[in-house]
Amino acid sequence: MNGVHDLGGMQGFGPVRPEPESEERVFHEEWESRVYGITRLIGRLGLWNLDKSRYNREQLPPAEYLANSYYESWFAGLRKQLVAVGLISEEELQTGRASAPVPERIMERVVNAEQVRAVPIMTTSYVRPEPAPPRFAPGDRVRALNRHPRGHTREPRYVRGHVGTVREHYGSQVYPDLSAEGVDEGHHLYSVRFDASELWGESADANSVVCVDLWEDYLEPAQ
Amino acid sequence: MSHHDHHDHDHDHDHTEPPSDIELRVKALESLLVEKGLVDPEALDALIDLYEDKIGPSNGKHVVAHAWADEEFKQWLLDDPNAAIASMGYVGSQGEQVRVVENTDDVHNLVVCTLCSCYPWPLLGLPPVWYKSAPYRAQAVADPRGVMRQFGSEIPQEKEVRVWDSTSEMRYLVLPQRPAGTEGWSEEQLMDLVTRNSMVGVEEARVPATAGAA
Repeated sequence: MNGVHDLGGMQGFGPVRPEPESEERVFHEEWESRVYGITRLIGRLGLWNLDKSRYNREQLPPAEYLANSYYESWFAGLRKQLVAVGLISEEELQTGRASAPVPERIMERVVNAEQVRAVPIMTTSYVRPEPAPPRFAPGDRVRALNRHPRGHTREPRYVRGHVGTVREHYGSQVYPDLSAEGVDEGHHLYSVRFDASELWGESADANSVVCVDLWEDYLEPAQ
Repeated sequence: MSHHDHHDHDHDHDHTEPPSDIELRVKALESLLVEKGLVDPEALDALIDLYEDKIGPSNGKHVVAHAWADEEFKQWLLDDPNAAIASMGYVGSQGEQVRVVENTDDVHNLVVCTLCSCYPWPLLGLPPVWYKSAPYRAQAVADPRGVMRQFGSEIPQEKEVRVWDSTSEMRYLVLPQRPAGTEGWSEEQLMDLVTRNSMVGVEEARVPATAGAA
């Protein structure tokens, strides 16, 4: 969707204002660490995937998305997803009391401390079997399609309609547009290099390029 | 500092709820999930502890310093980053597929995620607030030199700036240039010159004279 999350190239947000690296804390409030931890642990129950989580946050009302701090958005997304999959009810959210038991098949997947500490730490594989041979190879000129899907996509607006060059083929990986709808399929993924002048015209930062990871579905051959 | 100081935007707005309210709401949800058996409190504490204290930029600094000190490892890191990084044990969620991009005399690399906040957790820990903020995500792809200037870095025009927008599950780590005047330094000494910001690409590595400054 052409959501407010798709920020590349937008103007008017003001300067970056970083905290000095030596003074940063990982979490600025204790509740942020709880939201982070709960989201990770609940995510391992397998009731939704990363793309669904992202899509869920992208659908927050735009004003709310921009006004929220990062972990406020995570918290809003988590509550919404917990109710959407029926893991907790609106009533439970209101009262704070558990009223319905959780199915055994879900309880079996609850993560314990030992699993948290196991190395490698809670990894996921995104590689999937190839649906067909790759259509593009490094060096090929490609145009990012001018598409505006209503669902989730990882083709940022600022590349649409623009021509770049394939740098590397990353193999067949989970296709986010379908994954957010619950369909787990691998599609070919490429790193595509765009000249800044192609993307930003005469206001481009001279002598700069942008490399974007794009799935085959987002691309067509170009001259 | 309250989280209000670190909002991802640059204008004032009215919260419908004061910050203490979100604290209470998070606590309420945590208790509910624990009561239902969906969150093991010990696992939750262990996970937070991992990301608060153990998985941070020092992992990435170790990888970079090792690459600076050992040319063979550096080649491996560039050619087969996942295997090279795995050999050092820094494998975990959001670091399953890594590409290491090398800064040279001709190229400077900068990493962003314009669509959300993708970041190589096992190497750099969780991203800082600015990395997830609207100003950074908006500007990094369109005005990379301008962004770096806000971090005090000036990249000469003759050097190509290469921005990596993390739109897939590939994660990018910048290998900064080894500062001059560090010949014969130990890996440990070299680690002190690597900053987290230099591995995202908003800065270069420290030069020896300022090594102890920050």
